[in-house]
Amino acid sequence: MNDVSTNAYVLLSAILFTIGVVGVLTRRNAIVMFMSVELMLNSANLALIAFSRARAESDGQVITFFVIAVAAAEVAVGLALLVSIFRAKQTTNVDDVSTLKG
Amino acid sequence: MATVIFYLTAIVAILAALAMVLSPNAVHSALFLILNFCSVAVLYLLLRAPFLAAVQVTVYAGAIMVLFLFVIMLLGAEKADLGSEPVGWQKPVAILLGIVLLVEGGFVAYRGIRLPDMTAAQANDIGSPITISSVLFSKYLLPFEIISILLLIAIVGTVVLTRRDRAHLREEA
Repeated sequence: MNDVSTNAYVLLSAILFTIGVVGVLTRRNAIVMFMSVELMLNSANLALIAFSRARAESDGQVITFFVIAVAAAEVAVGLALLVSIFRAKQTTNVDDVSTLKG
Repeated sequence: MATVIFYLTAIVAILAALAMVLSPNAVHSALFLILNFCSVAVLYLLLRAPFLAAVQVTVYAGAIMVLFLFVIMLLGAEKADLGSEPVGWQKPVAILLGIVLLVEGGFVAYRGIRLPDMTAAQANDIGSPITISSVLFSKYLLPFEIISILLLIAIVGTVVLTRRDRAHLREEA
């Protein structure tokens, strides 16, 4: 079973990360921006696991496990913020929420 | 065989990510993101990380994306946001900067990394639940406990953020 090189995985990770960055920069719907952030976290996980295989150590996979746990916490708080903003402003467009005044 | 699976799955992952960013409907975006997470889980299996692949499908594609879909449908916020552009030059600049970032990342991926690729026998058992848990509960015990506190904070924060004001409720009643 011949393996794909680590470089190919890192390149795929870079492509997915870039798509996530462009998503955050171009979309104005806060929920889609959140999903793009998840995509970026996911591509970082992919690179970590590829490095973990290249070094034959489990540390990268354990760190990926932590990243997934932190992402779960971040999504819960972020979506709670979105629900709270939507209650006040009836929108999820980030351009309409540009004032700090409640 | 592994190479064919890798390239097929990578193409599916990239197309799903692009469709997620370009789709005007937020529900479609969420579904494409689930497809992307599942294809990345297949890549984890190729990288001999079966435990992480299972966690990816259950936690990411399962729990987190259900939360996303739930909030999208609760708020009714799936409508398009593509028409509103207060800053006209933002999109071309974003795409240009994205291409620059991609070229940088690709350069690092092909020139910067000089990691030896281990043989299959060496890398065979690093992803098993037994190995992961023995590392998790010895070397990374303190971060593990901190993660539990972080999740508790997230629970309390979510409840506080989404709670309606007491006085406001009394006014309505």
